[in-house]
Amino acid sequence: MSRCGAGVRSRADPALDTLVIQALNGLASASSLFLVASGLTVIFGVSRIVNFAHGSFYMLGAYLAWTLVSHGPLAGLGGFWGFWGGILLAALAIGLIGALAEMTILRRIYRAPELFQLLATFALVLVVQDLVLLFWGPDDKFGPRAPLLRGAVEILGLRFPRYELFLIAIGPVMLGLLWLLFHRTRFGILLRAATQDREMVAALGVDQRLLFTGVFFLGSALAGLGGALQLPREAVTIHMDMAIIVQVFVVVVVGGLGSLPGAFLAALLISELHAFGILAFPRITLVLVFLVMAVVLVLRPHGLLGREPEGAPPASEAGQPLPGPAPRWLRGLGWAALALLLALPPFLGEYPLILLADFAALVLFAASLHFIMGPGGMASFGHAAYFGAGAYAAALLARHLAAPMEAGLIAAPFFAGLVGLAFGWFCVRLSGVYSAMLTLAFAQIAWSLAFQWIEVTGGDNGILGVWPSEWARGRLAFWYLSLALCGLGVWLLRRAIHAPFGMALRAQRDSPLRAEAIGIDAFRIRWLAFALAAAAAGVAGSLFAYGKGSVFPSSLDIPRSVDALLMVLLGGVQTLSGPVLGAIAYAGLQEQLARLTDLWRLVLGLVILALVLFFPSGLAGALQRRRGA
Amino acid sequence: MTPVLQAQGLVKAWGGNRAVDGVSFELAPGEMLALIGPNGAGKSTCFNMLNGQLRPDAGTVRLGGRDITGWAPRAIWRQGVGRTFQVTATFGSLTVLDNVRMALLSHARRLLGLWQPAAGLMTREAEELLERVGMADQADRPCGILAYGDLKRLELAMALANRPRLLLMDEPTAGMAPAGRLALMSQTAAIARAAGIAVLFTEHDMDVVFNHADRVLVLDRGRLVAGGAPAAVRANPLVRQIYLGGMAD
Amino acid sequence: MDLRNPSFRLGRRGLLTGTALGLAAPAMLRAQGTAPIRIGEINSYTAQPAFLGPYRNGWLLAQERVNAEGGIHGRPLETLFRDDAGRPEDAVRIAGELVASERVALLGGGYLSHVGLALGDFALQNKVLYVASEPLTDALVWSKGNHYTFRLRPSTYMQAAMLVEEAAKLPAKRWATIAPNYEYGQSAVRWFKELLAKARPDVEFVGEQFPALGRIDAGATVQALERLRPEGIFNVTFSTDLLNFVRQGNTRGLFENRVVASMLTGEPEYLEPLGEECPDGWIVTGYPRDALNNPVHIALRDAYRARFGELPRCGSIVGYDTALAIATMLRKVGSTDTEAMVAGFKGLRYQTGYGTGEVEFRALDHQATLGAFVGRTRLQGRTGVMVDWRYADGANYLPPDEQVRRWRPQPG
Ligand SMILES: Nc1ncnc2c1ncn2[C@@H]1O[C@H](COP(=O)(O)OP(=O)(O)O)[C@@H](O)[C@H]1O
Ligand SMILES: [Mg+2]
Repeated sequence: MSRCGAGVRSRADPALDTLVIQALNGLASASSLFLVASGLTVIFGVSRIVNFAHGSFYMLGAYLAWTLVSHGPLAGLGGFWGFWGGILLAALAIGLIGALAEMTILRRIYRAPELFQLLATFALVLVVQDLVLLFWGPDDKFGPRAPLLRGAVEILGLRFPRYELFLIAIGPVMLGLLWLLFHRTRFGILLRAATQDREMVAALGVDQRLLFTGVFFLGSALAGLGGALQLPREAVTIHMDMAIIVQVFVVVVVGGLGSLPGAFLAALLISELHAFGILAFPRITLVLVFLVMAVVLVLRPHGLLGREPEGAPPASEAGQPLPGPAPRWLRGLGWAALALLLALPPFLGEYPLILLADFAALVLFAASLHFIMGPGGMASFGHAAYFGAGAYAAALLARHLAAPMEAGLIAAPFFAGLVGLAFGWFCVRLSGVYSAMLTLAFAQIAWSLAFQWIEVTGGDNGILGVWPSEWARGRLAFWYLSLALCGLGVWLLRRAIHAPFGMALRAQRDSPLRAEAIGIDAFRIRWLAFALAAAAAGVAGSLFAYGKGSVFPSSLDIPRSVDALLMVLLGGVQTLSGPVLGAIAYAGLQEQLARLTDLWRLVLGLVILALVLFFPSGLAGALQRRRGA
Repeated sequence: MTPVLQAQGLVKAWGGNRAVDGVSFELAPGEMLALIGPNGAGKSTCFNMLNGQLRPDAGTVRLGGRDITGWAPRAIWRQGVGRTFQVTATFGSLTVLDNVRMALLSHARRLLGLWQPAAGLMTREAEELLERVGMADQADRPCGILAYGDLKRLELAMALANRPRLLLMDEPTAGMAPAGRLALMSQTAAIARAAGIAVLFTEHDMDVVFNHADRVLVLDRGRLVAGGAPAAVRANPLVRQIYLGGMAD
Repeated sequence: MDLRNPSFRLGRRGLLTGTALGLAAPAMLRAQGTAPIRIGEINSYTAQPAFLGPYRNGWLLAQERVNAEGGIHGRPLETLFRDDAGRPEDAVRIAGELVASERVALLGGGYLSHVGLALGDFALQNKVLYVASEPLTDALVWSKGNHYTFRLRPSTYMQAAMLVEEAAKLPAKRWATIAPNYEYGQSAVRWFKELLAKARPDVEFVGEQFPALGRIDAGATVQALERLRPEGIFNVTFSTDLLNFVRQGNTRGLFENRVVASMLTGEPEYLEPLGEECPDGWIVTGYPRDALNNPVHIALRDAYRARFGELPRCGSIVGYDTALAIATMLRKVGSTDTEAMVAGFKGLRYQTGYGTGEVEFRALDHQATLGAFVGRTRLQGRTGVMVDWRYADGANYLPPDEQVRRWRPQPG
């Protein structure tokens, strides 16, 4: 079967009419994307919160609008007011919900370490997913077409929907309105000032709380409006949140965080590329956006219109001293736990052993991410790439060379480490969210390779039959193997943190300026740390693969990266035991809840929210504070 | 004897603003040279070009006769140039001792060690350096909680870790009480004299300047407007007008 | 040829063993008292609730019926439903839990193809029976088929073959395809092209679209298809992608004066959400629930509505049939020994809830001969329905046995 469209070849030069219409299609998509992205970028600009729940607000906006337009009291009005009233009302309601979320949850954790708020917003995502399912049921919903904008007009002999024309107009109009808001109103000017310098605005005596709540109202309302406006165009589904959030993040980052014109430009770029990409390479639409993002970020580390953060690099307020040697009772507890993990398993059933082996791999996975996030100060949204690289190294060796498990386990860290060296070389040059998003882009490119290179990787059907060697096939033996390798991995990482290398890693995080001034090559340190973490993640991935007997592209997909991030954040970035606790807590909770209830996402989300609110320095942080007290 | 440092026609402009505009000077081994001038005169920008943090728009920097213009800070550091910052930059999550240890390990090119705990490495040398700047008693405190003056001292210890032949100290005593300032500079001068280190420093406290500098350069709006022995500079009416007058407010 | 056909002979022997066991069964099972027979069911309930809700209902209905009739020789059926959240690695972990901790006798379920394959491989490794209900991938019973895995639904190949039969009768020569970009979509397109080219050497495929699953950029995709000026369109998108594709296609006139052959679109799960957008005259595979008026189906439909307050969907029948087939097998075998159950499934015949008669799990490749309905879509009132439909028996849409043997790894 040919890889790209035969049709492309059958018509050598695409006719002008098609190109024009395709450009218009791109414009319509760009407008939709921009609406949602503008909300996110405004929120980020002021609050610096990576708001995962933005996609959920978008989805809620669509559902709410659907109800209002086709079932609410407004629906009785019918026609013009019934429809447009419903859309606007939905947007306002979502704005209020966003403001409410800010006041009740996010406001309490602004002081927490960077990215910690991400945990809270992710919990919101989980909660909203189940609430939507409860209220609206699982079926896709089709909204009515928009009054006055039904049907199509002829453009160059081709039919083009009226509604899409309307959407094309709404993007620039919205950009204009937002520009007026930010330049002609006091609220907007304050927001703009806060985007540039938060402390300064605080010094002016402006009530920051009001400003933050306001910005969440505005941003969420824009997300809601974006969702509601999809009603005549697309089905409303329970998967909308995840479908949009990644795209919107890409738009915001490509445009430059906090920059509205940047977001507009990026939405335009990505949508047009997508529209024309469909003509030329119908199969790679999956990765196109990520390829674009990778290229843009490599060439322009702060996005198209983003500016380098002003002033000195952020002070080392997040950096806390490494906890000293644990008190004796805690060390005793650790040894006791290890003794239990060695002695107890022979008496456990098979399933607890499966779980334990899973947890071991996840602990190492989380610890490897923690290595670069905690001591290194580099967040990664794409750490699954290395987990998956290890898993695929093992699986590919098994599939193509019939290599035994021992070979796979040895190859995994090398392969993953090499991938880490390659991707890391680009990623560690950037900082903060930009760097994290570039890791995501590379992870998605790796994912699409695994997904599309069917001859080698088996595509989405994965690689089966990746089972351990005979001696490790028993669940007990495999558990001891997992414990040994993961224990070793975590221990080595821990040693590295205390060794000169780990200290240099923390040094460059605390003060890049000083690090350079005493001869530390920060780039090299970060790069090597990235590769080291990748290698450790690769070991975890290969073990996970042998434990499951199969490997799928999902092992390097976004949800797996998010898992790692959540485990690290939940445990606490500043302590070495954080990732261990976080991994066990997160994976354990998920496993237990999924067995108890269909609504496990709701419960998990609420539990995470509670943890976030009560233990803002993570589980390990909480333990430590108790210890100190 | 070749000068330790030669700056030749240094220029740096931000947009249209020429922050440093054709600065040339030399620094002899073991000499203490003060660079003074009002806020915004371009002193820090000058320093940043000397240690490689900024690439000059024009001009050259020579170290012991070797052209180091455009080198990375870490490469210049390896040539024996220590630096302290106007706004202190230390590693907040490390202890005082570890901060110094970091500099020592870097000098010894032992940063890539993954195995041996850093805690056992070069402790004696680090303690010695802390002793020299009078910080030995604070070795185990996290440096995130140090008083400002102690941070300055810590920076000095770190700057000394690579046995420099040149120290660049940007406002080493800013933010300290007057008594502390004199004490710190006396200490610095003693150390520098003992080790034959040349020191280029900026300073607003004229007592400090005239007590410790061998020579003084005056910078105003990016240009060197005067220079010479402290007494001569102090007597220079132009200096009094642009600089000391500026200090009055 | 027949002599070199071990699986056939194995099948026969298995059948015989099964019958023999069946005779001895009541005694054996009674020996175990009335403890329930546990089945582990794994599916992507939170990831695909729209399809799997009705599916679980159908399963429960069958189980309740079996238990009301006294269960399996006195032992009731009990099913443990688990959510894999659409992740194969979770499915495998849960399978381990169900088998090791919950001591289920066999595994069932699977909606996504890769999850089905992962479970199939788990079954092979752990020597557990796995009855795949929904996954459509051909690999499950062919290239990656194994001794322990059986599959109920008509596969991608079979459904494509049903549509090809109709498409070949049409005058359309220039065909374009649109399918979600993953294994199901890719193999559906491959089979459709291959089979149609064989049936009609004069057709030409002028282009293809592969939108990402669940992420179709419908306007641009419709335009890209329009540009090819095809006479026929083969559609494999479903669910959200289908809805968006159809709405944009309707607005932009893509379907006017064109024939469309479309996989699964006749199933109520996909037709109902389309509502008034339902296109006219598409050739589809599906399930004409409201017009399928044979006694067995009417009774089932009524019972389902009485029990759950809504009408069944295609998934409901799949769930119902899977549970029913398992119960039929257990009654026949009278044992929960895996090898006996595997032997029992080979050649097993049961009555499908469609009411179209017996379905057989082929000993050859473990694929059931359950068929699908082929018909045309039409908007009636405010929703689409299937008209001019007929039941296409799965047995007639499978490749020749030798071909299957070549694809499927043969034991020994
Ligand atoms: N990064 C920069 N971008 C733009 N202008 C700068 C920058 N750094 C310094 N300047 C400007 O250069 C001039 C000299 O600053 P600086 O060297 O810090 O002076 P000093 O250290 O003598 O107080 C000032 O006008 C300052 O505003
Ligand atoms: Mg200065």
